[in-house]
Amino acid sequence: MSTHHVKVNVNGAVKEADVEARLLLVHLIREDLNLTGTHIGCDTTSCGACTVLLNGRAVKSCTVFAVQADGGEVMTVEGLTSNGKLHPIQEGFHEMHGLQCGFCTPGMMLSAVALLKQNPKPTEEEIRWGISGNLCRCTGYVNIVKAVQYAAEKMSG
Amino acid sequence: MPEVHGQMGHSIKRVEDARFIRGRGNYVDDIKLPGMLYLDIVRSPYAHAKIKAIHTEKAMKVPGVAAVITGETLKAYNLHWMPTLMSDTQMVLPVEKVMYQMQEVAAVVATSRYAAADGVAAVEVDYEPLPVIVDPRKALEPGAQVLRTDKEGKKDNHIFHWEAGDKAATEKAFKEADTVVKQDLYMPRIVVASIETCGIVAKFDAVEGQLTVWMTTQAPHAIRTVVALVAGHVGLSEEKIRVISPDIGGGFGGKVPVYPGYVIAIAAAVVTGAPIKWVEDRSENIQADSFARDYHMTCEMAAKKDGKITGLRIKTIADHGYADAACNPSKFPAGLFSVATGAYDYDAAFVEVDGAYTNKPPGGIAYRCSFRVTEAVHAIERMADNTAHELGMDPAEFRMKNFIKPEQFPYKSPTGWEYDSGNYGVALQKAMDMIGYAALRKEQAEKRKRGELMGIGISSFTEIVGAGPSKHFDILGLKMFDSAEIRIHPTGKVLVRIGVQSQGQGHETTFAQIVAEELGIPAEHVKVEHGDTDTAPYGLGTYASRSTPTAGAATAMASRKIRDKARKLAAHLLEANEDDLEWERGRFFVKGSPDKGKTIQECAFAAYTNHPQGMEAGLEAVSYYDPPNMTFPFGSYICVVDIDRGTGEVKVRRFVAVDDCGNRINPMIVEGQIHGGLTMGLAPALFEELTYDENGNIFGGTFMDYLLPTAVETPNWETGETVTPSPHHPLGAKGVGESATVGAPPAIANAVIDALWHLGVRNIDIPITPAKVWTVLKEKGMALEE
Repeated sequence: MSTHHVKVNVNGAVKEADVEARLLLVHLIREDLNLTGTHIGCDTTSCGACTVLLNGRAVKSCTVFAVQADGGEVMTVEGLTSNGKLHPIQEGFHEMHGLQCGFCTPGMMLSAVALLKQNPKPTEEEIRWGISGNLCRCTGYVNIVKAVQYAAEKMSG
Repeated sequence: MPEVHGQMGHSIKRVEDARFIRGRGNYVDDIKLPGMLYLDIVRSPYAHAKIKAIHTEKAMKVPGVAAVITGETLKAYNLHWMPTLMSDTQMVLPVEKVMYQMQEVAAVVATSRYAAADGVAAVEVDYEPLPVIVDPRKALEPGAQVLRTDKEGKKDNHIFHWEAGDKAATEKAFKEADTVVKQDLYMPRIVVASIETCGIVAKFDAVEGQLTVWMTTQAPHAIRTVVALVAGHVGLSEEKIRVISPDIGGGFGGKVPVYPGYVIAIAAAVVTGAPIKWVEDRSENIQADSFARDYHMTCEMAAKKDGKITGLRIKTIADHGYADAACNPSKFPAGLFSVATGAYDYDAAFVEVDGAYTNKPPGGIAYRCSFRVTEAVHAIERMADNTAHELGMDPAEFRMKNFIKPEQFPYKSPTGWEYDSGNYGVALQKAMDMIGYAALRKEQAEKRKRGELMGIGISSFTEIVGAGPSKHFDILGLKMFDSAEIRIHPTGKVLVRIGVQSQGQGHETTFAQIVAEELGIPAEHVKVEHGDTDTAPYGLGTYASRSTPTAGAATAMASRKIRDKARKLAAHLLEANEDDLEWERGRFFVKGSPDKGKTIQECAFAAYTNHPQGMEAGLEAVSYYDPPNMTFPFGSYICVVDIDRGTGEVKVRRFVAVDDCGNRINPMIVEGQIHGGLTMGLAPALFEELTYDENGNIFGGTFMDYLLPTAVETPNWETGETVTPSPHHPLGAKGVGESATVGAPPAIANAVIDALWHLGVRNIDIPITPAKVWTVLKEKGMALEE
């Protein structure tokens, strides 16, 4: 198996690693960089627990090779807080009780951040479609929708 | 009574959120130890086959592979079989044959998960396929191939027969009935599919003889005892076994059993001396872990012309796969299925269940329910609707006529339970008012004239949760009490440790609220710990909605013990007689002199600095709570569906859920649990099912085809509440985590049948997929085709 040197800007800091060509981005993030906030919930690109932003777009990092992120910018849940201040989406999830077991939460929040970037004032329907690539087993989505609405309001206000 | 922040009834925000929203949770797969090796599993492609040979040589040559473990490896330690929680037996790794597709066949240990997967691909197994039985009804036919040839003298595939109620009285009731309605109902095989799969990190220190495991388990203490009992002969001793259940990404019953992967990982840690991590893939989780339901039920309801129910009879065949690996209390092989008589008042019922072996994964566990209560509620609520329709009565009116009346509680059910409290009519009326029931019936009639298909479904369920009283409830002999240990520090801050374990329920928040309620100490001054067997008091864990009924009660009782001692301290400080002191939340004061008092914090300080001679220092208490009875949460749900005649798709237009779980500790968390439960009720009603072909090949084995509802399919749940406290629980609470999963499926199924009844449709088994509805519409000439 060939190895490759990759350089990725993760949450604002450049990280380098020698990786096998087949190494998934999610494993680079979790195991090489020890950022365990990004989770793995399936093996078919269905659940979205591993969602991160790659060059500003939400991607399922279980279906991206680490080498594909070479030279790019990745944002994980650990990068949402800036200078100790919570991102509005993090506040929204807490205030609106948008999480229970917390396992889908990081991916869900990053999908929401990507959605709000594209569409700062989404309708409820648009929010539901926007997070439909992320599965949650605990909340029934009602309060996740409210959390995204909370963030949308806060970010536009 | 003064208020304190976070007391019962306050919707305070959750303390556990702080780490989860920052990505700082600590789940099993986040644990990384120096020198840790990764374990991956070789699985069977056949549902039933002899193992002729396992070739491990190539795998051992794969770079990074440290060991390959087979059934023969484990047999040397007599660990190739293990007991299930139902006192059946299950293979850890096979020596002779495999019994289901995806069964564990061998395990590879390697320096990375990639190397372990390479090793798995390089293991070659020679199989000789055997005939397969997938249908439990065929498994029970005379002359069927005997599957459990490991059991000496076993001549059939029958596991158990269980029954409840009075057979003769029920036969009499059916003879005397004006109407008998009969319906076969199938509850499909499903899996909980918590978003975190199962996994373990096992570390064994050979010098100390200490085993530490971090494990996705809902019941860490029970696991510790089971490991000590099963592996005592290889030198594991209970005081040197530490089971830690860290943050758990959803449980729902799927993390109660002991899966072979856990045991293999522990064995590998002992054998190799290196820490071992095993985390299953989603496909393994769906295809090999314990399933739920798979009940084939034949239901009959007897009634009088006027709509009074007079009897219920249910005969069930339960498919348990190749081993009975359910996690029921040991005296209840069919769980609490006998609550199937429901929320209605009649004298005669007889329910029976026969368990069967098949070539499928072993089970069945609960899917967010209290041991087969969902199956029971589906049976009674589907039958209530069908009987109402047969009699030409409105299903709401039919229920109102048959409900157990508030004054009949405590109510002795015909299958022997004593319902603690209920007020069923009020809950149904509230749901009807919220949804505008009469207007919906009018709309339905108008639409029906135009050929549009709209249905309204009701489910008025009662659950039975909080297992349970030690007289009847144990798992492998361990009585189902639960526990709490409370320490008040000198400054009046609190540490609470509980025997139950959170998988998202928010215990770190709600158990602090119980202390706030009972001691008047603000919830933010109460730290809650759980899930570590070295520190938490012994308990049976969290499932079956038992945390609040058992450990919640224990927390209240331990708080009261602390209050009793604090009263003595207050009397000492105030130089008063303790009988002359009155308690208000957070403070004792002298009767008649409200200004003369001492706060709980002042009492706590005195316990360490100024306790009276003859009194022990400190302010701590432990309670092991043995509930006197089960609790019986209930509710009424109403669902409105529209059916697309062009596609067969069922669209849930509205869903109103009125729940009564007694007193609510944190209404925000209760509502969140109901939202989640409703979604896990919607799932099997419309989407989820595991099916097998005649060779035992699984369909629906990944998230590509085992369909969890997304935010798009999930309706905006509307919730309401009534409050009927439990008379025997110290907080009047009942438990709520599973009510909605239990109550929702029949409401949805009833709505679909309500839409189609006039066409002669009496049942469509869940999941009610577009394909099934389309087929029915086509048969009835109602399908719209281009």
